[in-house]
Amino acid sequence: MSELEPKRAIDGAAEESIHIPIDGPAPLFTQLKGFWTTFAAQFKKVTTVEYPEVKEPTAPRFHGRHQLNRHPDGLEKCIGCELCAWACPADAIYVEGAENTDDQRYSPGERYGKVYQINYLRCIFCGLCIEACPTRALTMTNEYELADDSRKKLIFEKEDLLAPLRSGMLQPPHPYYPGTDDQDYYHGRVTEAHPSQEQK
Amino acid sequence: MTAVQPQTDQITLTIDGFEVTVPKGTLVIRAAEQLGIQVPRFCDHPLLSPVGACRQCLVYIEINGRAFPKPQASCTIPVENGMVVKTQLTSDVAQKAQEGVMEFLLVNHPLDCPVCDKGGECPLQNQAMSNGRGESRFEGKKRTFEKPIHISSQVLLDRERCILCARCTRFSKEIAGDPFIDMGERGALQQVSIYEKDPFDSYFSGNTVQICPVGALTGSAYRFRSRPFDLISTPSVCEHCASGCSMRTDVRRNKTLRRLAGNDPEVNEEWNCDKGRWAFQYTMAKDRIAVPLIRENGVLREASWPEALAAAAAGLKGKKAGVLVGGRTTVEDAYAYAKFSRVALGTNDIDFRSRPHSAEERNFLASHVVGSAVRYSDIDQADHVVLVGIEPEEESPIVFLRIRKQVRQRGLVVTAIAPWQTRGFKKLDAKYVGVVPGTEASAIAQLALTSASVIVVGERLCESAGALSAVAELASKSGAKIAWVPRRAGERGALEAGAIGNLLPGGRPISDAAARVDVAAAWSVESLPSAIGLDSTAILAGAASGAIEALVVGGVDPFDMHAPEIAGLDKAFVLSLEMRPSAITERADVVLPIAAVVEKSGSFMSWEGRVRAFEQSVPETPHHSDLYVLSLVAEALGAPLGFSTVKGAAKEFGTLAKWDGARESFTATTASTAASSTALATWRQLLDNGTLQINEPNLAGTARAAVARINAAFAKSLAVVNGDLITISTDRGALSLNVEISDVVDNVVWLPRNGVGSQSLRMLGALNGAEVKVRKGL
Repeated sequence: MSELEPKRAIDGAAEESIHIPIDGPAPLFTQLKGFWTTFAAQFKKVTTVEYPEVKEPTAPRFHGRHQLNRHPDGLEKCIGCELCAWACPADAIYVEGAENTDDQRYSPGERYGKVYQINYLRCIFCGLCIEACPTRALTMTNEYELADDSRKKLIFEKEDLLAPLRSGMLQPPHPYYPGTDDQDYYHGRVTEAHPSQEQK
Repeated sequence: MTAVQPQTDQITLTIDGFEVTVPKGTLVIRAAEQLGIQVPRFCDHPLLSPVGACRQCLVYIEINGRAFPKPQASCTIPVENGMVVKTQLTSDVAQKAQEGVMEFLLVNHPLDCPVCDKGGECPLQNQAMSNGRGESRFEGKKRTFEKPIHISSQVLLDRERCILCARCTRFSKEIAGDPFIDMGERGALQQVSIYEKDPFDSYFSGNTVQICPVGALTGSAYRFRSRPFDLISTPSVCEHCASGCSMRTDVRRNKTLRRLAGNDPEVNEEWNCDKGRWAFQYTMAKDRIAVPLIRENGVLREASWPEALAAAAAGLKGKKAGVLVGGRTTVEDAYAYAKFSRVALGTNDIDFRSRPHSAEERNFLASHVVGSAVRYSDIDQADHVVLVGIEPEEESPIVFLRIRKQVRQRGLVVTAIAPWQTRGFKKLDAKYVGVVPGTEASAIAQLALTSASVIVVGERLCESAGALSAVAELASKSGAKIAWVPRRAGERGALEAGAIGNLLPGGRPISDAAARVDVAAAWSVESLPSAIGLDSTAILAGAASGAIEALVVGGVDPFDMHAPEIAGLDKAFVLSLEMRPSAITERADVVLPIAAVVEKSGSFMSWEGRVRAFEQSVPETPHHSDLYVLSLVAEALGAPLGFSTVKGAAKEFGTLAKWDGARESFTATTASTAASSTALATWRQLLDNGTLQINEPNLAGTARAAVARINAAFAKSLAVVNGDLITISTDRGALSLNVEISDVVDNVVWLPRNGVGSQSLRMLGALNGAEVKVRKGL
């Protein structure tokens, strides 16, 4: 009988009960072998992690909490297109778009995400939203500590999801880097906030 | 275009191997549709003339074994006997041609899909997927234009996205008659353009947004608000006028985000007006009344429903009461008011006409309008349409579109009896009979009509004494049909439901004892009040004099009426059913909140008498319909209505809606002969200060300016030119407006009735034909 063959035929009532022979205690050697396994395990390297004091790094592509990325000058990459919400199989994402104006510019182009919520009670971390995002605004971090004690706290708002401002970045809303337009942003030609803007 | 021409000749052709027989003149693309074969298309629209602009519908065609040398646009080729058509499904030639055209269309089309409002419901997106090449071969630079430009305050044009299908320009030219957009430039630079000095000033501009097959034309109100998958779409009916447009209401998270024209070939075809499309912000106004209010020590305070209902019952119990319904109720709500008035209050003092009205009108409605069934199709078949007391473009836009369609297609004769030859009348090619307001009767009497003619009568004709009598006389003499077209959506339904002092539901005259017995039996009451009820003005006057002690008021603005006795509201106990604070709630003793149209189900009755049922669009709402609230009040009064749901009311009204007995008889009124030296002409424009148009600045931006219109001779006598300020006054008030010299009859000044800064009723207290004084300057 090869390993791949089913142990029990689906039809054939005769084979439904399998005879398990009981012929007294196992031989002494077999018992000692079992005790030895237990004894030897004490000297093995411990795989248990003392979480939360000790935290193991995740796999590099682990699907953790989402992040809304920024252009190098701090403008948001999200354009509020809702493709992530559309792709989401768990209906965990809620987006409302709005229009950028010259005075209130959050992202390059006409549109930005005014409301952006991810409900981590619903999210199944499948990553389809990341694949759907046309501007690479939405990516996933490796952060997995997402437990909390109320439903409300597990609905992450835009400010909870936005990437932190790194050096050279400026909190939107702010205008384009002087002399550039949305295409320059999409092609990566804007690398930092303009010094004149930073002083404001 | 093809659907309306009666064709008897049938033609048989083969499409993709299937034989199909269609009327002569049918386009190939339409014949294919009958077989369920979808040829991709952009410019083709069944209600617009064929143009063959986008070239997406190319198919391979043979006639009697001879093939066309090239693939042909199936949207411009009429069928022929023996034609063999192969679409993209069976012909590689057609498939390749379509892929090629799609590739060309996409060359300059920007990759805007993620930010474009059309994304997800875009024919270009969909057909690029179904009929285009999978991959782009284009590596060049796309042509760009400045993004988006406002062609009016509510329509945005993104020329990069435009594929030049000319649907919008054809619609504007052919359907709306407002050719303010057209194709400019040539070749790759061709673009939809507006004239430098004329904005896209059309009451129907929203339709261009809806029929645009790409995201080139988008509406300001819906800009970036939602995606199709977010929306719950409900078929609904427009509440703004009596045209009865079928609509679609799109709701996201209990907020109405957009309304679109529905497709009803018998009524609005696929069009609607901008007011119906964009005026819905009032339902989400911040000042909506959310909970019942009770007046205590002179101020309204919030109260619980049981407390408010008890207060309402205490205020109404045993009092002599009157009911003002308002013209915006659904049929079921109006029926509830009508029954509430008779059963719970024991009075016939009920009137839905919260506008200028007359005894002649009430008699006319009871004898000529209630139960009548003049349809849009009667306009389609009419030999002559007479417009009197109505400017259809302003007061019933779909009636206007339907008449215009017939004028364009078969030269329908239109006569307009009015004091001003408006742009709308000119677009209808109407024979204009200029009359001083108040003298319409004599102009009507001079008309010669046939039994195929339709007399379209506006609600404001009642302001001209004797005019409705003249209409009735003309109709009985010639057999012409009378189409009474009120402005408000609920008026015809309220009339049929008996929310008026001289009628019971179904148009049963109150004066008819048999009718009263009939209704009393249906309502399981011993008897019904037999005295003919008062009209709106008399009810308010009665309240002021003390003859009426309590009022139940629906959605009514007292200042819509002529010379309302506001004091009556202060004196009597007032129960108000309202959505938002108003002149009534300011004076009401108990205010009960009610639902807006999108928050309830029900039905409107269009001017035709056609029942237009609709479902609740907003899934979750704390508000209830008028009839539910009335049923609670009736219960508190100890006289239950017997229904508390729309279904229940509709079912009960259904048993009473038909009446075979005699209608009220009509007593003609003689026209007055008193002539005024300077007469006022006034009516409401489509977009104005209306309470249902609040919080929509984009829509208000396309309202026509409120100006005073006089003719050149009058202007000369006043020594004013275009743009000068003139003051129009009566003994009750005055208002000043800029002059625009127009085609108005001599010694008449025309004013908008509810324009910005020009509320002729409220500020002048004057009706059509009233004597006014006009002077230059302030």
